[in-house]
Amino acid sequence: MSDYNAFRSRIIQISFAAAFLIIIIQLFNLQVLSGKYSRMADDQAIYRKVVYPSRGIVYDRDGKVILDNTTLFDLVVIPSQLKGVDTNFICRVLGIDTIEFRKRVVNAIVKNGRYQPSIFQGLLDEVLYARLQERIYGIQPGFDLVERPVRKYPYEVAAHIFGYLGEVDPQFLQNHEGEGYRMGDYTGMTGIERSYEKELMGQRGIQYWLRDKMNRPTQRYEAGAFDTAMVAGSTLYSTLDIELQMLGEQLMQGKIGSLVAIDPQTGGILAMVNAPTYNPTLLTGSQRRQQFSRMYVDPTKPLYNRAITGEYSPGSTFKTLQAVIGMQEGVITDSSGYPCPGRYNGCGNGKPGCHGSGHAPDLKSAIAVSCNAYFAHVFRKIVDQPRYGGVDSGLAVWAKHMGDFGLGHRLGIDIPGEKPGLIPTSQRYIKTFGPKWNSCNIVSISIGQGEVNSTIMQLSNAIAMLANKGWYYTPHVIDSIAGGDKFGLLTKYRKKIQAAEIPDHMFESVHEGMDAVVQGPSGTGRRLKIEGIVMCGKTGTVENSYRGKKQRDHSFFAAFAPRQNPKIAIACIVENAGFGGVVAGPIVSLIIEKYLHDTISKPRIEWIERYSSMKIIPPRIEAEIFVQDSLRRLKEMERIQKSMQKDKQQVTTVVMPQHKQKPAMEQQPALPFAPTNGNPFKPRSTASFLHKDDLYALPNKQRSIFKV
Amino acid sequence: MAQHGPIIHKGVNWLIIWLYIVLVFIGLISIFSVEYRSTMDLWPSITGLQTNYSKQLLYFGICIVMGIFILITDSKFFSATAYLFYVVGILLLLATFAVGKSVGGSRSWIPLGFMNLQPAETCKIFVSLALAKFLGQTETDFRKSKAQWIAIAIALTPAVFSILQNETGLALVYFAFFIPLYREGLPATYLVVGISLAVLVVAALLIQPNTLLIILSVLAVFSVYFLWSKIKRNKTVLFLIVGVWVLAIGLQRIAVPYLFEQIMAPYQVERIMSMFGKDYVPQDSTRVEAFIREKEKQGKTKDGEKQENYNVKQSKIAIGSGGFAGKGFLKGTVTQGDFVPEQHTDFIFTAIAESFGFWGSALVALLYLALLLTILNVAERQRSVFSRVFAYSVASVIFFHVVVNMLMTMGLAPVIGIPLPLLSYGGSSLLTFSIMIAILVRLDAERQMVLR
Repeated sequence: MSDYNAFRSRIIQISFAAAFLIIIIQLFNLQVLSGKYSRMADDQAIYRKVVYPSRGIVYDRDGKVILDNTTLFDLVVIPSQLKGVDTNFICRVLGIDTIEFRKRVVNAIVKNGRYQPSIFQGLLDEVLYARLQERIYGIQPGFDLVERPVRKYPYEVAAHIFGYLGEVDPQFLQNHEGEGYRMGDYTGMTGIERSYEKELMGQRGIQYWLRDKMNRPTQRYEAGAFDTAMVAGSTLYSTLDIELQMLGEQLMQGKIGSLVAIDPQTGGILAMVNAPTYNPTLLTGSQRRQQFSRMYVDPTKPLYNRAITGEYSPGSTFKTLQAVIGMQEGVITDSSGYPCPGRYNGCGNGKPGCHGSGHAPDLKSAIAVSCNAYFAHVFRKIVDQPRYGGVDSGLAVWAKHMGDFGLGHRLGIDIPGEKPGLIPTSQRYIKTFGPKWNSCNIVSISIGQGEVNSTIMQLSNAIAMLANKGWYYTPHVIDSIAGGDKFGLLTKYRKKIQAAEIPDHMFESVHEGMDAVVQGPSGTGRRLKIEGIVMCGKTGTVENSYRGKKQRDHSFFAAFAPRQNPKIAIACIVENAGFGGVVAGPIVSLIIEKYLHDTISKPRIEWIERYSSMKIIPPRIEAEIFVQDSLRRLKEMERIQKSMQKDKQQVTTVVMPQHKQKPAMEQQPALPFAPTNGNPFKPRSTASFLHKDDLYALPNKQRSIFKV
Repeated sequence: MAQHGPIIHKGVNWLIIWLYIVLVFIGLISIFSVEYRSTMDLWPSITGLQTNYSKQLLYFGICIVMGIFILITDSKFFSATAYLFYVVGILLLLATFAVGKSVGGSRSWIPLGFMNLQPAETCKIFVSLALAKFLGQTETDFRKSKAQWIAIAIALTPAVFSILQNETGLALVYFAFFIPLYREGLPATYLVVGISLAVLVVAALLIQPNTLLIILSVLAVFSVYFLWSKIKRNKTVLFLIVGVWVLAIGLQRIAVPYLFEQIMAPYQVERIMSMFGKDYVPQDSTRVEAFIREKEKQGKTKDGEKQENYNVKQSKIAIGSGGFAGKGFLKGTVTQGDFVPEQHTDFIFTAIAESFGFWGSALVALLYLALLLTILNVAERQRSVFSRVFAYSVASVIFFHVVVNMLMTMGLAPVIGIPLPLLSYGGSSLLTFSIMIAILVRLDAERQMVLR
């Protein structure tokens, strides 16, 4: 057998080997060199199910749940799986057009990519949820409804204490890298939600599921080996008394101002009321953004946490501190007297003026009648002491004493956003008056007017220190954390702050005076006496002006009770309400009675109604509300007209849900200045733009206000 | 008995048999991993014959029985009946036109009750035998072109029928028989011209006409440049180059468009184009209507060719995501999620690659190479041309299947739908390759004998 082609077998062998070399090279290329395929495989086959932890709940001092969780649903979209989804249905239910739909999908892709779920519309209300759930199979797999725990406020109060949650932004993610936040997460933006975020947030759980090509989750990936368990946020125990808080918010409604009540023995905040406030539930649902922006522009500023950011002249309540410092510095004793003729003549110009008249024979009566001349005299004696060698250093000593009372600097409470207030220093006066200023230039700060500023939180803390005779704990809302204080958030609230040893008798005499304010026959707050309680109080009436125009006085009242072994210290301001004993006083008195007796005595029950229905909104703010409402109506009208024209022109191109148009057209005849009862968070007192007939349409309670 | 008939184990190449068994078991395990879910009961699913892997196990049993029969058969039987079987094979192919069953769009299956037989598949055995017989005959002088053309005709006749049955992939396999022909002395020119022609036709389909024109011209200029010294001595070389250039241009510009646009049916063109991942719309507007009508008749949507791309994409994801070490047996997410279509048949390799990664899939490839080189080695030690040609045929068919299938799953070859030998699910395929290997082992056992 001749075989002259034997060399060809070699060629064939080599070609076979070469072909397999190509195969192995390509295998190496796909499996070892190219990393993208395993990512693609994971993207399509592994479903990352996020199990949101419920945030920590908060109890009040009596063990009532005051901050809780409930479940809403997010509609999430996975852009890569939109094919075949009934998008028209989605548009109809959510009331959006196709342009908006596309915009949201593009946003989702930009945020989280094509294969990861992103929130299409968050926090659906029950109606939307039910309508979507009904046809969930028509919109899967591109859309899905994902549980999302949201905050629930069982008492719907204390919005400023709790604060609100907000979606994290890229900046936040950058600053908190490695703390487990992801795009679309919520974090505490204000209040204790923010300051205790680390405790409250808990830990997100992640479940990995395998899914098949139809996107049905089939089984747990690796039997859950990569899953992380959800850990709920820690429970917080607060010092709040929720009933006190509710009463406070009720009494303060329709007014502008704030109130802070502190347990002097622990520094625990019992109640912190701001007026106006808002229902915290408004900032949880899908309407969150709209509600927020409406409140943001509201002239009465419901989002504004006045208790810790509103810096007010403390007024006559300041005199109590002045008295203690005077005695500490040895310029007066409790028996020092000074004439009180209705003006202070020490500086030759009769200022500051005074409501009282006559003579203050001792410190007690000076406080009781709130004698301006007396305290102007005391203040000048303090700062002009020869041993300090000049008013500059004298003022510095005085400022230090004020600082010991917690004024002029941030207290460091556990609600973020505190303002420092102001206790002026000599530099400031050198700037204003030149280097040769003297104590007469600044005498108005002796009675808590002029440059002195403090927040209500600071003031109520100072009262707590007075009550304690010289020490305080930094005020705080959270008393303890279930499972221990892992992050040391509470350490500073366990430290007693006592700057200097001040003899008890100095406080005793101030207490004596404050006692006389309420219990004394001629005290400025004698109306506020509570049966069975010895209350020490001090009225304040603060002159103020807005843009150079003098406004009605702010009404101040600060008090603690009982005199022996005090349990509550409190400060309250009602803006532009006049004399301190008239509005702020009764509110404080009611709060104290409620806290100490747990109930309001019969004869004073009608006070609650009287003061809670009292509306005190300054005319300038009413005017602003009026302007804003008008502008909003005008814009709304323009928008409706525009959209009606647009609908007429392009009925076919824009998918506008039918039912959306109708109510809009019905609204039109009532424009432009219809009363807006639909705005639930804003006190509507502005009768100026109501028709006469509209008054009869309002509930009785509200009508009575308009007569005032 | 032993004195009359041949003893099975004597002279048998156990390496081939072991490689065969190992590969079939890898196939069984892979089919199992494609189909099995943790929610299933293991043993009933294996014994119940309801699942593909249990069926494949049954086919394997049938193959073993067939193999034993072949191993006790006298090897003269195969050379004696080669032409007869070839004719039977062709007749079976023709029979499919009459009694054929349509599976997956091609009428190439004959229902046998317990299984469907695909004659185009089994015909490979008969072609191998017939080729071996023809080339082994003393009267055949393979140096003559007449003999060469007869051999080519034997090899390609089933391919023609396969194309008519719409089984382009299986038809292409028959071109593998050019390898034994080459070994036996078919001039390399045939292969060079054939491969060039194929490349040119594919290029004409895929590359922009003008780009291709430039490429061809540049190639011609380069040839002239490199062969300049030869051209100086012999002017005919220049004429040859110019002639080939003109022919190539003519093919590209006239013949291919004419063939695809006028002669072939649009859906056939579409099928070919989709192998290369291309959309096809007829250029002639009168044919567009017919094209659409044809598609509607077939109930296909426009997504048809997209589906091909999807297959390759998922196949590449499955292979690529295996990484170096693999995800582990039954842990492949792409496999478990049913993402790869036809994974138990044509794309079985993806299941291995995903579960066992680079080392596993490279090992499988090397097992095939070992089998092939063993067969080539066995082929070269045969005394008879019949046995050698047969061995080469077996090696070539397996080679073609393995290489094209693997490259197809890795996106380097068009998706022509041919199974991976011994691994893919399918009775016809497993039986065909088992019989081929069994005959080969039988012939090798009697390699000292000269068969005609």
